[in-house]
Amino acid sequence: MVAHLLNLKWRLLLNGFKRSPWQLVGMALGLLYALGVLSLLIGGLIALRWADAEIAHTVVVLGGAATVLGWAIIPLVASAADMTLDPARFTTFAIPPRQLLAGLALAGFIGIPGLATLLAALGTVGTWWRSVPAVAGAFLGAILGALTCIVLSKVVTTATAGLASSRRFKDLSSIIVFIPLMLLGPIMVGIVDGVRGSADYLPVLARTVSWTPLGAAWSLGGDLESGNLGAAGLKFLISAATIAGLLLCWHILLQRALVTPPYSGGSARKGGKLGLFALLPGTPAGAVAARALIYWMKDPRYAASLVIVPLFPVIFFFSGSQSGSYGLLMLLGPLTAFMMAWSICADVSYDNTAFALHLAAGVRGIDDRLGRALACLAISLPVVLVFTVGPLFVTGDWQWLPNLLGLSLGTLFTGLGLSSVISARYNIAVPLPGDSPFKKPPGNVAQTLAVQAVGMGVLALLLVPELALVAVQAFSGGPEAGWVNLVVGPLLGVILFVLGVRLGGKWLDARGPEMFAQLSVNR
Amino acid sequence: MTEPRHEPTPASGPPQVSAPPQASATHQAPETQPVDQLQDGALPLPSRGPAEDAPLAALSIRGLAKRFGEKIAVDGVSLEVPAGSFYGMVGPNGAGKTTTLSMATGLLRPDFGTALVHGVDVWARPLEAKKLMGVLPDGVRLFDRLTGEQLVTYSGLLRGMDRDVVGSRVSELLAALDLQADAGTLVVDYSAGMTKKIALASALIHAPRLLVLDEPFESVDPVSASNIRGILESYVASGGTVIVSSHVMDLVQRMCSHVAVVAGGRVLAAGSVDEVRNGSTLEERFVQLVGGGHRTEGLEWLRTF
Repeated sequence: MVAHLLNLKWRLLLNGFKRSPWQLVGMALGLLYALGVLSLLIGGLIALRWADAEIAHTVVVLGGAATVLGWAIIPLVASAADMTLDPARFTTFAIPPRQLLAGLALAGFIGIPGLATLLAALGTVGTWWRSVPAVAGAFLGAILGALTCIVLSKVVTTATAGLASSRRFKDLSSIIVFIPLMLLGPIMVGIVDGVRGSADYLPVLARTVSWTPLGAAWSLGGDLESGNLGAAGLKFLISAATIAGLLLCWHILLQRALVTPPYSGGSARKGGKLGLFALLPGTPAGAVAARALIYWMKDPRYAASLVIVPLFPVIFFFSGSQSGSYGLLMLLGPLTAFMMAWSICADVSYDNTAFALHLAAGVRGIDDRLGRALACLAISLPVVLVFTVGPLFVTGDWQWLPNLLGLSLGTLFTGLGLSSVISARYNIAVPLPGDSPFKKPPGNVAQTLAVQAVGMGVLALLLVPELALVAVQAFSGGPEAGWVNLVVGPLLGVILFVLGVRLGGKWLDARGPEMFAQLSVNR
Repeated sequence: MTEPRHEPTPASGPPQVSAPPQASATHQAPETQPVDQLQDGALPLPSRGPAEDAPLAALSIRGLAKRFGEKIAVDGVSLEVPAGSFYGMVGPNGAGKTTTLSMATGLLRPDFGTALVHGVDVWARPLEAKKLMGVLPDGVRLFDRLTGEQLVTYSGLLRGMDRDVVGSRVSELLAALDLQADAGTLVVDYSAGMTKKIALASALIHAPRLLVLDEPFESVDPVSASNIRGILESYVASGGTVIVSSHVMDLVQRMCSHVAVVAGGRVLAAGSVDEVRNGSTLEERFVQLVGGGHRTEGLEWLRTF
């Protein structure tokens, strides 16, 4: 039975590659990346062979403990748990629980993350290639440690399956996880500074962690090398007991989960709250705008791009404070304008087949385009204004204000116009409704990249007047070009916006059904 | 920023002559049971069609065909849905029901053929034709981050209706479909049956003259199903036209006045229910028409336990 489950997982993995040659190329690139990281890691671990035993022990134990924690936390927040062998799918096959557990645990090693963890863990054998007992201990520790990772992640995902399948939790976690990701740079710098400050403390921490379930397995090699037989024996017991305990937990949780499938319903709510539909004009375009604005707030795929907006200035300010010059901060407004205007390129793709309602209701293309663009404008205009003016309080370069305002507004309106054209014609690979914004989107990624690249090229061309006026001020130093830009930017932008909305509307009228057919492929 | 609409006024004189039916050149007219058949090989002269065409058909499908790659999903389907009829469309899985209805409602561009709604060509004058239709497509998503009430309101406003009218109709529809208690719940949190009902409400909001419903009873509980049936029957009684696709023969036999049996992208029989079933039950007739039904052979081991 265990062999059957392993075979099944292997077959699923292979068939995943078979779906399309492009998928194969993507997977090959991912694999190459993983191999690169992995070989660096293993190389580093082997290089530790020549380091001081104390340092090697510290690195291996802390690294191992961090890996175990990662396996527990990452599947939870990234909603990226590997559910190809979801235990719920085996309910109707009467598989003895012990065999099911063993099979699922071992199958966890088949797949890139599991395999990479196992190989990296085995890299510690290289670190302790100093004496026979140390090698034996490191090998045993690597196996136990990797197994702990897999089983712990299974326990966590099973325990939170009910929670994770509730929509609210999924929505929230998929947005919140963006924040640390965006702030990765500042966080890393903080950690490095902290570690530098407390270098003496780390070996102590490692010794402590090595007595906990997180680090016990990773400590075996080091303890045997330094001759602490008793400590090694105890730590072996700790790690073995950890795995046994986790298996028991998993067993109990699984049995409970198999008979009580998660309930994901919310409580019923009375109506009477039309929200934005009651506020905006009761025209087709107004309704589209209201709907789009509601989605900006409630759909995590849109909301995620809103959550990162306030993080932009943080990152720009941080990189400014690192380098000592805040010149880059002045680009905050134009860049935000570009990002936000560009985001509605994928608007129809985000709708997916819900777009059928627009098509069946006979919404005119121009109403569709206008509503979506105005919704985006309502959110982005205040943000862009604040982000354009705000940085000048830091830098004090007030002579740039008119020019930057012109560039920002020009970029925003031109971008919205261009996005209205692009999203009327091209389907872009985006995560499906209800999926995490992180999930790899189905569909033709190559076409998406091509459309995006060409689109950005066109945008750059359309923005040549504004950019030229910025360049003029940069070279001449006088503010006259800035005042010209303050007029030219918004004026040209609004003209292109109107043209874009009209052209996009015309295209959508002509090719709505074809667009819908493209959308129906990825559902 | 609005564009004037360049559409001809509704056909008061002779209905528009649609594009020449290329379908007849490449597709043999399907072997239809000669009940409600249109002469789709001839030049389309909609006003002088078969006898029962005299009051303009609510939906007139002529030689629709669609190919997906190698597979011909719909192979020259022609149907006349008389105004005021309750029309059932039955067929096995993959028969081309959804494809045909998508082409008839302007969601999928046909390779050949035309569809007229009360004389308005769906593909020549789409905006006008869509005003006359309420569509419940099968297997498409909804804007499910809206509450049920918002979704139906949205559907009404999209069609350019007045907000006050939309408001009163929404509350009546939600009451009729027994969704009042969940009006403020997000559609994404609805059950499958509730989702179907809210989609139906979105299709009804503008009081269309023709309702095209793809699998309206799927995953709907019996109480709601009889609710929906009641709504549809009174709608038909007051002059509206309904076309539904379904797998449930019994339901179609009891509910519909007309039926078309579709398989392999062709119409095998069409006409009033009594004509099509011809003395036997619709289910027997269906199996007879579509073929199959050799289910007594094989699987002996299933009786040995």
